Amino acid sequence: MSNGTTMSQPGISPAGLSRGESWGEWFDRHSRTFFIAPAVTLVLLFAIFPTFYTIVFAISHVRFSATGLKFRTVWFENFAAQFTGNEQVHFLGRFTSMSIAGWVFSLVTAGALLWWLYRAVVKGATWIGLAGRLISAAMAMFIALLFAATLLSGNQWGTLLNTLFYVVVGCSIQFVIGLMLAFLCSQPVIGKNFFRVLFFIPLMITPLGVGYAFKMILDVTKGPFKPFWQLVGLGNWAWSTDAWAARWFVILGDSWQWIPFIFIVLLAALENVPKDHVEAAQVDGASGFQIFREITWPQILPVAATVMLIRMIEAFKIVDLPNIMTAGGPGIATESMTLHSVFLWRANDMGDSAAVAYLLLILTVVVCSSFFNYVVLKRLRRARA
Amino acid sequence: MSGATYRISRDDRSFRQRLFEPPAVGKMSLLANLVASAILLFWSLFVLFPIYWVVITAFKNAETVNNGPFFIPFVDFQPTLKGWTAQFATDPYCDAYSVGRQLFLLVYNLFAFILSPIVKIEKMEPQICKVYLAYTNSFVISFGATALCIAVGSMAAYALARISYKPKFGNIVVFVLLALSAIVASNYFEVHWAISSSVVLALFYLLARSLGRRFKSTLGNDDILFWIVSQRILPPIVVIIPVYMMFQSVGMIDTHLALIILYAVANLPIVVWLLHDFFANLPVELEESAQLDGSSRFEIFWDIVLPLTRPGLAATTLLTLILNWNEYLFAIFLTTARAQTMPIMVAAKNTGERGILWWEMCAIIMIMIIPVIIMAVVLQRYIAKGVLLGGVKG
Repeated sequence: MSNGTTMSQPGISPAGLSRGESWGEWFDRHSRTFFIAPAVTLVLLFAIFPTFYTIVFAISHVRFSATGLKFRTVWFENFAAQFTGNEQVHFLGRFTSMSIAGWVFSLVTAGALLWWLYRAVVKGATWIGLAGRLISAAMAMFIALLFAATLLSGNQWGTLLNTLFYVVVGCSIQFVIGLMLAFLCSQPVIGKNFFRVLFFIPLMITPLGVGYAFKMILDVTKGPFKPFWQLVGLGNWAWSTDAWAARWFVILGDSWQWIPFIFIVLLAALENVPKDHVEAAQVDGASGFQIFREITWPQILPVAATVMLIRMIEAFKIVDLPNIMTAGGPGIATESMTLHSVFLWRANDMGDSAAVAYLLLILTVVVCSSFFNYVVLKRLRRARA
Repeated sequence: MSGATYRISRDDRSFRQRLFEPPAVGKMSLLANLVASAILLFWSLFVLFPIYWVVITAFKNAETVNNGPFFIPFVDFQPTLKGWTAQFATDPYCDAYSVGRQLFLLVYNLFAFILSPIVKIEKMEPQICKVYLAYTNSFVISFGATALCIAVGSMAAYALARISYKPKFGNIVVFVLLALSAIVASNYFEVHWAISSSVVLALFYLLARSLGRRFKSTLGNDDILFWIVSQRILPPIVVIIPVYMMFQSVGMIDTHLALIILYAVANLPIVVWLLHDFFANLPVELEESAQLDGSSRFEIFWDIVLPLTRPGLAATTLLTLILNWNEYLFAIFLTTARAQTMPIMVAAKNTGERGILWWEMCAIIMIMIIPVIIMAVVLQRYIAKGVLLGGVKG
């Protein structure tokens, strides 16, 4: 550090003011730090630090005392309670003996996963890649077993599968309808600019407002579809006591809100598909479906995979709609994991609440990074190649 | 469409051909156009109906809500203002003066909070009707959070696009270990959180300066960007319990500042992700020539970079504003009365002895969603121009 050039390199030079330097110069010299420091500090303080701190809650029994919170470390008791203990029915579901359909489903899934892993080994995956695949496969096997032991054996499932139901079924429906609408709007139809504005609006409406609006509309005795319900003989039907009806109606509200997101992004992607390719195919006499499958779809696939990833990440956080429309009911039939955690927190059971929140984090990270690695990255690579 | 379009003159084609065959390449046949329009119109109805139902219910009363569905105002039922008067006209504090007083109160209480370690100033109590209180709160919190988020996020996004950072991997490990030891110390050995965190920060500063030089492997800008953006995966429920405890320990539960900070952090990943794309696509020559002319980095950022990315900045701001306005989960944890936002206030209407008073509920849902609908229409104009979609394509 003998000459001036090294002195002016931030990070090596002393933090204080050098001789003959104004505050402005000092500020400028450290600008690289000042630019990024606020964001990093905020994220560290309000995202990373609490994430670590939640572990403390998750491994403790917490109770209130006069001097504040008292922690008693119980290590993995809270997690064990979710899987095998008294919270099992709430989190995983109720188990009896597995049905034949359940066995078949589990065996088929196990076979498929083993084949997938075997393929990875044969293709010569790296150790890290293999470890990642093992984690993904273990998670998939666990979910498949849970699915087989609850729904396929005629039992109620818990909040874990509820959340996955919203993510998998909800996102798939939204993707299909969103893609369809985007495709129609990318065609030269009349009034497409009007539709474009209109279809975007639901995405931005307060989810809570959406929840109440759908609660009101789906009301069987006072809602706008009362004549319809009476016509089909469901005039006194309380759908909020029917687990599957309640779940599907939550998905309906969620789809109303989120289809616009898929729509708007895919529409932009569709409009970027070069017109020449499509027109050349039309001249050659290709049908609309062939054009879509052979030309349009491969070009929008990377964007489609990315938009689904973003949608899935948001879907795991679902809380407003089930809370407003059904309050998680009937029983726990529509309760998402976030809502489960909120209810536990309200009951002052912070240990279990933190444990459920952590399990949601693990689930989200494993599912989303699996999707990212095996679907999104693959499509992106193929698109660039 | 350049060159000749292969248009067949209308007279040559039979009705059947007109129906099933497109008139030109790149056009749709009549039938396809009709089917597409029908589907789109049906979807428009599906989109509009819930909004329409909220709006007309806001002008109903107990009788017209409970006695079965009435669809068209003035034809099916006589609109009333009952849902509105019940909340606005009967409360003496529902006027412009109360709103002005509330805004003054916010500034006053902020100073009282900042000065509270030095001098004790009595805080003002709100004196305003519930809807106006929630409305002002929502405005102040979402605008404050958006301003903070855009300021912090745009600086970070610009820095990550232009300045190369090389944080040492070892330093990060040291920081995580120190942070964990601070948690253990304050939780299990009853060290005060202020002491443990300042000791950890001092230790980290010293260790990073001394030990840090020995670490070899470094991370790059992409890693930092990924780290910040990946925070979006974090479900908010994971952080909320410790955040609640943190704000409680400094007496910030049910304050606007707490929500402003938290909302800003929650939206930081989106802002950094979107803005990074804009900044990275700017031509770097402009900034270089300004640097040669002796501008500091802040001047370059403020005078050149930000004006050049105005559309992107505006669209990102709008998006953040809407997300903040709609936020629900953090608010139910962190507010009880004074800092209640609109969603919480609406949800609180749910509990009543006589069930939900839908006409009152719809009136406030209506005033809650009108600003977002306006913002959404404006935002849509930006999106239609292709702003904001760069990130998704990459």
